[in-house]
Amino acid sequence: MSDLTKLTLVESVKYIKEKKCSATELVNAYVKRIEKSDKLNCFNTKDLENAVNKAKKIDTNKKLDKTLVGAPIAVKDLFCTKGVKTTASSKILSNFTPTYESTVTEKLWNEDAILIGKLNSDEFAMGSSNETSSFGNVLNPYRLNNENLVPGGSSGGCASAVAADLTSATVGTDTGGSIRQPAAFTGIVGLKPTYGRCSRWGIVAFASSLDQAGPMTKDVKDAALILDVISGYDEKDSTSANKPKSSFLNSIKNNVKGLKVGVPKEYRVDDMPKEVDDLWQEGIKILKDNGAIIKDISLPHTKYALPAYYIIAPAEASSNLARYDGVRYGFRAEGKDLTEMYENTRSKGFGAEVKKRIMIGTYVLSSGYYDAYYLKAQKVRNLIKMDFDNAYKDVDVILTPTTPTAAFRFGEKTDDPIAMYLNDIFTVTANLAGLPAISLPIRCNKDGLPLALQLIGKSFDEQTLLNTAYSIEQQVNFKSQVKDWWM
Amino acid sequence: MSINKDTIKKISKLARITVTNDETDRLEKDLNSILKFVEQLKELNTDNVEPISSVSDQDLTMNKDEVKKINAKDDILKNAPEKNSNYYVVPKVIE
Amino acid sequence: MSDKEFNYYISGDTGKWEVVIGLEVHAQVSSNAKLFSSSATQFGADPNSQVSLIDAAMPGMLPVINKFCVEQAVRTGLGLKAKINLTSVFDRKNYFYADLPQGYQISQYKYPIVGEGEVVLDMPYGTKKIGIERLHLEQDAGKSLHDQDPTKTFIDLNRSGVALMEIVSKPDLRSPEEVAEYIKKLRSIMRYLGTCDGNMEEGSLRADVNVSVRKVGSKDFGTRCEIKNVNSIKFMQQAIQYEAKRQVELLEEGKKIDQETRLFDTKKNETRQMRSKEDAHDYRYFPDPDLPPLKFSQSFVDIIKQKLPELPDDKKERLMNNYKLSSYEAGVLISDKDTSDYFEDIAKTSDVKLAINWVIGDLFAALNKLGKSIKETPISSKNLAKLIDLIKNNTISGRIAKEVFELMLKDNRDPKVIVEEKGLVQESNVGELEKIIEKVLKDNADKVAEYKSGKDKLFGFFVGSVIKESKGKANPALVNDLLKKKLS
Ligand SMILES: [Mg+2]
Ligand SMILES: [Zn+2]
Repeated sequence: MSDLTKLTLVESVKYIKEKKCSATELVNAYVKRIEKSDKLNCFNTKDLENAVNKAKKIDTNKKLDKTLVGAPIAVKDLFCTKGVKTTASSKILSNFTPTYESTVTEKLWNEDAILIGKLNSDEFAMGSSNETSSFGNVLNPYRLNNENLVPGGSSGGCASAVAADLTSATVGTDTGGSIRQPAAFTGIVGLKPTYGRCSRWGIVAFASSLDQAGPMTKDVKDAALILDVISGYDEKDSTSANKPKSSFLNSIKNNVKGLKVGVPKEYRVDDMPKEVDDLWQEGIKILKDNGAIIKDISLPHTKYALPAYYIIAPAEASSNLARYDGVRYGFRAEGKDLTEMYENTRSKGFGAEVKKRIMIGTYVLSSGYYDAYYLKAQKVRNLIKMDFDNAYKDVDVILTPTTPTAAFRFGEKTDDPIAMYLNDIFTVTANLAGLPAISLPIRCNKDGLPLALQLIGKSFDEQTLLNTAYSIEQQVNFKSQVKDWWM
Repeated sequence: MSINKDTIKKISKLARITVTNDETDRLEKDLNSILKFVEQLKELNTDNVEPISSVSDQDLTMNKDEVKKINAKDDILKNAPEKNSNYYVVPKVIE
Repeated sequence: MSDKEFNYYISGDTGKWEVVIGLEVHAQVSSNAKLFSSSATQFGADPNSQVSLIDAAMPGMLPVINKFCVEQAVRTGLGLKAKINLTSVFDRKNYFYADLPQGYQISQYKYPIVGEGEVVLDMPYGTKKIGIERLHLEQDAGKSLHDQDPTKTFIDLNRSGVALMEIVSKPDLRSPEEVAEYIKKLRSIMRYLGTCDGNMEEGSLRADVNVSVRKVGSKDFGTRCEIKNVNSIKFMQQAIQYEAKRQVELLEEGKKIDQETRLFDTKKNETRQMRSKEDAHDYRYFPDPDLPPLKFSQSFVDIIKQKLPELPDDKKERLMNNYKLSSYEAGVLISDKDTSDYFEDIAKTSDVKLAINWVIGDLFAALNKLGKSIKETPISSKNLAKLIDLIKNNTISGRIAKEVFELMLKDNRDPKVIVEEKGLVQESNVGELEKIIEKVLKDNADKVAEYKSGKDKLFGFFVGSVIKESKGKANPALVNDLLKKKLS
């Protein structure tokens, strides 16, 4: 193989194990590419030297038996990494170096994966275009007539890095679509596991009842492999689920015969571009042709999901982000007394979108408004969950588009918060209901931009999701159209 | 319901985020458009619906009453913007 | 018993006022580790030496509850004869303060772990029931030191995250005395249960005191003020006295009471406003998404119930029945578990009447003088029992016993040894005693004559003189008998 960075994660590990290449060679191939890819602005922090050293160490190992041996992996800059700066793409944490390692990343390194850097994202994961990062926009490796496009968000750095072959795979976080939407915009696979499947310990929190870490990879098998590694019960996270699990990767099979697939009519929204509707029909046809049973279903409260989300997520965020106060770590702006120090620190340390969401969250929880907003949203959340409970009496998995459009231009939606928020209209329901969901690239549109479909599964049934996605993947055989224009 | 400049001032005080006059204009516009959007929920009758704050059906995990890390002083203070004799230091609190 | 009447009223120009008080007691759970982390809880450690990543609210840190603290809250709830809620919810109380690292306190708001219960007080005017509204678990905050530097505040997070039980009373208290009794009773219950050491100097027990006043006879509550974080019974009483008077004065001037938070200045002995109204707190409580609801089964509660020790009220009743003690005597004994244990050690083997008199009489007086608690008593219960036995079996007289007791206070020696060593054994030999009696009667021939002519009162003088002559060793009962015979 002339370019090791084109390998999937599964292939890379196989290469190392079979000594077709050394870990050092593999890491160096990525390092070389990363060094020529600053234009994309995927990395907040690069850890290349350490990565090469770790690779050298692995190459001296007698046994190369770990699941991710030698795989260079960059992770979203929301995962706390011991001794490596962790910023959440925010000025307020721009100088923060954790003394601890998040559970999810710890599991990666325990399997001999190699950290090569921390990936840019929307600030505190708040955004759908990666335009809110304190460290600048990430560019999508796909372009529209030589015009730059957003990679989606919030895991935009992750998405572009995988699509541009700057990491063999990555883990992102998904609160309302932050793994799946950027995965869709960049032609990669993104999986948000069931809430509680992966530990949240050591991940900078955005909205605790919605946040979930998950794989972003070149293909479905890679996603299964990463999920195998990062999932599992963690006694340090009270919301982590104590469920038995076997290997998702080893159980993957290309068979959807008799699988009952639900197609929810409420996801056919007004103004949905024809290309997205066509894509959806294409997915339905593929599954049907392979023996799946398609059922029309109704998820009647779908249209209320996004409004409920924009109460619940900011409410939790307003409280989660109260700890960034300039006292114990992070950025501090001086003030003549404590209150002034707080106000200066938080006003200068947070960006506009984060401040906006903190304000909304503070408002909906404040005295006199709690019942009308927050309590109401919690009730609607239950209705949405019940919609899915009902649907899953009849079907095994639900098929929808991932996003209402393909990737868009910078600045296109920054003036209208609602237009931006509508990006998550198809993804946010899975977060509210805690369900697993995967975004899978299907093909590129006439402009050469990737389009993707989403599968939503039953609680803790990631296997069916992976199997179904794998079957579709085998049919559509999506090929990356990325041309290294930035190099 | 809508948010006016006074409300923005009140919230910004609660959230310890000061906003400049320019920011207030922008925020007033954005917050009201978000509020208008989320107020769609009012259409729904939720009188008999239980609110849920989480989807996890997990029972609360409980720890034993054991002291594990007795002294993490260095870990704790390492990133502190200002410290003195193992205390965090902040500008004077005015009661 | 109830010869006294309740009489705590404030007289104003417009009439008599009654004071209405409710307490929010913060009791530190006696646990090794904190409520949501594994850091130590020891008092007086070096600054920030008992702080985990969780307690310092580092990014991505999550709380995991300490099971023991949950059990202690349930135990306390059972001790307060309260309803135990099998499902309760942890909420976040949001506010900014330098010693509150998360920017919120994890507490319980809508659904506390313990619901309504009661505490019974023994007042001079009878027993009084004080309603308990609820008990909930919450985190303590850290400590701010304002006096280390003129322009800076120093923060120590050792207390941050320590488990507290907040016990909220109904507004049933009516005087500083009732408040003192309530705190003592609550503390005693928790000490019996072992759930809180009640050490007020170390901050293990402190209270927010809610005070309002109303005209005697009125059923409506007045506007209340909350006096924050008072950490001694004396200060609570002083604060209530000051605050009630302040409110009465305002109302009599036709002014209104503002509902507000105040603090008690222990130096000036006055309460004053703490936070201005425009900065009024809006805590934005909401369920903590990091913690699913706290659920346990009835059998979890039943197991705790089975292991519950005897509580003060039950013990009092038992002491009254078993040892025929008065309500007052039993009340004194049970106020402190160590005292009643001490008493029962003696009463098991020795004379009960003597035991109660010696314990709450001589021993209490001696301890009081020494400034010691019953735990630090210089006389063991074993040795006091021996002393009582010596009295009971006529080996020594009560008077000698007091001498022996004084000696025991110095070194807790076996009273038998002291009595033998000093030759204090009571003289009960009739022959020996008759000799002394004869001498006394001879020396006081004039008095004998007076007695015989009808001055009966002199009998006591003869008894006293005989005992004195015997250097206190004469058996008083025997002296009585012999004298009567001799003088008849
Ligand atoms: Mg209070
Ligand atoms: Zn409290």
